[in-house]
Amino acid sequence: MSVSTAAVTLEIAQSLGLTAEEFDRIHEIMGRAPNFTELSIFSVMWSEHCSYKNSITLLKTLPRKGDHLLVEAGEENAGLVDIGDGLACAFKIESHNHPSAIEPYQGAATGVGGIHRDIFTMGARPIAALNSLRFGNPKTAHMRRLIEGVVAGIGDYGNCFGVPTVGGEVYFDDCYNQNILVNAMSVGIVKVGDTVSASADGPGNPVFIVGSATGKDGIHGATFASAELTEDSADDLPAVQVGDPFQEKLLLEASLEAIQTGAIVGMQDMGAAGITCSTSEMSAKSGTGMLINLDEVPTRQANMEPFEILLSESQERMLIVCEKGREADLLAVFDKWDLECCLIGEVTDTGFIEFTSKGETVAKVPADDLVLGGGAPIYKRTSKRPAYMDQIEAFDPAAIDVPSNLAATARDLLNVPTIASKKWITTQYDSMVRTNTLGTNAPSDAAISRIKGTDRAIVSTADCNSSYVFADPYKGAMIAVSEAARNIVCSGGTPSAVTNCLNFGNPYNEEVYYQFENAIKGMGAACEALGTPVTGGNVSFYNQSEIDGETVPVFPTPTIGMVGLLNDLDKKMTLDFKNEGDVIYLLGEVTDNIDSSIYLRKLRGVAYSPAPYFEMDKELKLQADVLSLIDQGLLQSAHDVSEGGLFVSLFESCKPNDLGVQLDISSSVRDDAFWFGEGQSRVVVSVSADQVAAFEAAVSVPVLRLGEVQGSDFIVNGASWGSISDMDTQYETALPNAIGR
Amino acid sequence: MIRCGVVTFPGSNCDDDMLHVVSEVMGQEAVRLWHKETSLHDVDCVLLPGGFSYGDYLRAGAIAQMSPVMNSVKGFAAQGGYVLGICNGFQILCESGLLPGALLRNASQKFICKNVDLEVVTSNSALTSNLNQGDVVMIPIAHAEGRFHADAETLARLQANDQIIFRYSDNPNGSLDSIAGICNEGRNVYGMMPHPERAAEELLGNTDGKALFVSFLQSVKEATQSAV
Repeated sequence: MSVSTAAVTLEIAQSLGLTAEEFDRIHEIMGRAPNFTELSIFSVMWSEHCSYKNSITLLKTLPRKGDHLLVEAGEENAGLVDIGDGLACAFKIESHNHPSAIEPYQGAATGVGGIHRDIFTMGARPIAALNSLRFGNPKTAHMRRLIEGVVAGIGDYGNCFGVPTVGGEVYFDDCYNQNILVNAMSVGIVKVGDTVSASADGPGNPVFIVGSATGKDGIHGATFASAELTEDSADDLPAVQVGDPFQEKLLLEASLEAIQTGAIVGMQDMGAAGITCSTSEMSAKSGTGMLINLDEVPTRQANMEPFEILLSESQERMLIVCEKGREADLLAVFDKWDLECCLIGEVTDTGFIEFTSKGETVAKVPADDLVLGGGAPIYKRTSKRPAYMDQIEAFDPAAIDVPSNLAATARDLLNVPTIASKKWITTQYDSMVRTNTLGTNAPSDAAISRIKGTDRAIVSTADCNSSYVFADPYKGAMIAVSEAARNIVCSGGTPSAVTNCLNFGNPYNEEVYYQFENAIKGMGAACEALGTPVTGGNVSFYNQSEIDGETVPVFPTPTIGMVGLLNDLDKKMTLDFKNEGDVIYLLGEVTDNIDSSIYLRKLRGVAYSPAPYFEMDKELKLQADVLSLIDQGLLQSAHDVSEGGLFVSLFESCKPNDLGVQLDISSSVRDDAFWFGEGQSRVVVSVSADQVAAFEAAVSVPVLRLGEVQGSDFIVNGASWGSISDMDTQYETALPNAIGR
Repeated sequence: MIRCGVVTFPGSNCDDDMLHVVSEVMGQEAVRLWHKETSLHDVDCVLLPGGFSYGDYLRAGAIAQMSPVMNSVKGFAAQGGYVLGICNGFQILCESGLLPGALLRNASQKFICKNVDLEVVTSNSALTSNLNQGDVVMIPIAHAEGRFHADAETLARLQANDQIIFRYSDNPNGSLDSIAGICNEGRNVYGMMPHPERAAEELLGNTDGKALFVSFLQSVKEATQSAV
């Protein structure tokens, strides 16, 4: 059968996001001129989003091995770690930045839907969702619309789908004024041996498309995600997909039930680049091919062109390769759940993905040449130390006077949106469905999700302070990994593995690539030191805004999603002060450091300063100590010191039970560094009075006795900084006030 | 052992939680009921779980109430069988006419998930027989359409017949008369927006909801035994 052809030009290729060099390469691979449909296939598969062409070389330097890893990075849709009891944990984080910046509600909703599909397409049931959100100035009307839309989108999708949103982080900074970041993470559980691979073994096996019908939404979404956001981007609205969480819930239940029949050979969800991506990746993985009849694909509207069907990013769809002869088993399950399940083709041994329509071949492309690890291009970009680093190095803390009224400064910090309570956001998420969330009535630094039928829990977190990464990409990325691990440790868990979401500017900008390169190096070093390999994730480039004709990248934001394991539920640790009379200690070194703190950046207006104090070996010792103290039952509470410094950490421990503190402080460093500095590797703990001796004997890192849990005020050296309930009112109302809600 | 049927509609997502509480926490027999079936498999009571049946399309509960299984549930209730609907289950019971009133979009127009205090309005109910009038229990809510509404005549009847079981201490969603849970005149069909199954285990840090299940299952047991 001959392939229908129409002339395609370099101009068309470039309009699809391909370079002249890539256009030539496609001719070489094909041995002929591609038609428009084929060119479209290459354009999406070779887009940054699908091919990782500008990042994969560096990503491969990250530590990816561990005895507890059941799947290595890049092998399947998500990472998979052994958690004992015959169970495994599948988890992954992914960005949906550009769609959310254009259409916040659907952009965020489909981000959540997409990441859950990555988990259940492997056969795992999602048990927890997290997200990392970066917004610009919440006081502008534009940003309010984005915040309200993103939060409602995440909530409506996750709430209906029935997976609790258990954790995450929200930052506000002007660098995200146009290009917000929406990173969604899903964590699932599967019995070892019940997983399904994204493969297409066995020529002759039938191929089914299941779930929603295919529409014109999201066409060229992957290409869209790989381009810069401009003021015209709103014209790309059809590139944003529309989500249906009800359909996804049915797809989840039907998929897990179908796997139990044993009739499924391979399965992959359809995300970016839809049918094109799933058919080519599954075929390439198995060294097979597929022959697909596009006329059999259920469509939402008449007269869809073949390229539209191939590139559609309509949500809630899966591609399934079924064992030949077992079709009836598959169909019965999808019929039970009232979902479409249509035979659209079969696995071949040709190595080509071939698509037909109305009796003609409309595209025929070698599968392996399309995919990462096959023929997709790989680029090594050049990097250049950013010019702003001079300003960072020039920072002199001596030029910043120490505030005389520490209490007033402390109260001002509680008003900073990044510090203030996020309850206005989190109450819009169902955080309790599936009744596994242990933090509802006693919060911890990380989310703890029990696994029913075991004594275990999964501990999960998403972390990245991007202003540290901006100040020092290497150290900042190390801190992001370390803080994630510290949050898990402070919850009683042992850090296990990492998924990352790398949000950066344009990789062709040498200064941006410098940030990327060094952040990866720092991340790799920290993951190596902490024994938490990277199992996968995603890269989102081109996060930048046009401001007054100048392109300004967002802060480099390598979000770390980390999971850990709590093997004994009795060893769960929470962050709240519990009893009057308990003694409060600070574990870790007190440093004379205000660098890149919220205090310095937001209250003192200093945009350029180094990353805060951090030493990897001290971090490791601190985490080992905290875990050991928890194991020995010597701690009443543990809470790490992060944004806002020691004051905010103490306040957050006071807040849950409305308990005050009486502190006796003689600081050896400048007062603002002591209270508000963000020097790393510190944890606030409380210890019951009768365990003080045992505690002090058991600690090996530097420890400072701060005072006692007492009363209902925050009292420092006899003077009250205010009542906890007053501070709480301020902390709770700051964000709603900022966004005018 | 009491046989408790838990119905799964397409989009139910608290069915597993309900089954877990019935079997693992309360030690009773939990039976899954499928929306397409008409048999209730000889259960002693029917539990309609929370979630988003049919994606809340049209109105929350509006499509689910037309499921084949709901015909059987109506028959079961008509014969005095105990039925409890939580959240979406409550919405379905209102849509099906088994309970009066309707549940509208929250006054804030937003989904709300948080712990709320409930005042026990009466102990003359299967859900609160072990509690005292005026007791306060903390049970979480998680809904976007939980604002109870009824016409004046219906409200007067609910009040006169002691059919209001729970009121919110601090009305979170704009419900009429702060109503969080009600029963029918026959006092065998119950609906409430808050989720007691999310507050029934030490491990979750809240067992206030367990008292409701203890009361309810005790009532079911007494009714079942007196029937035999």
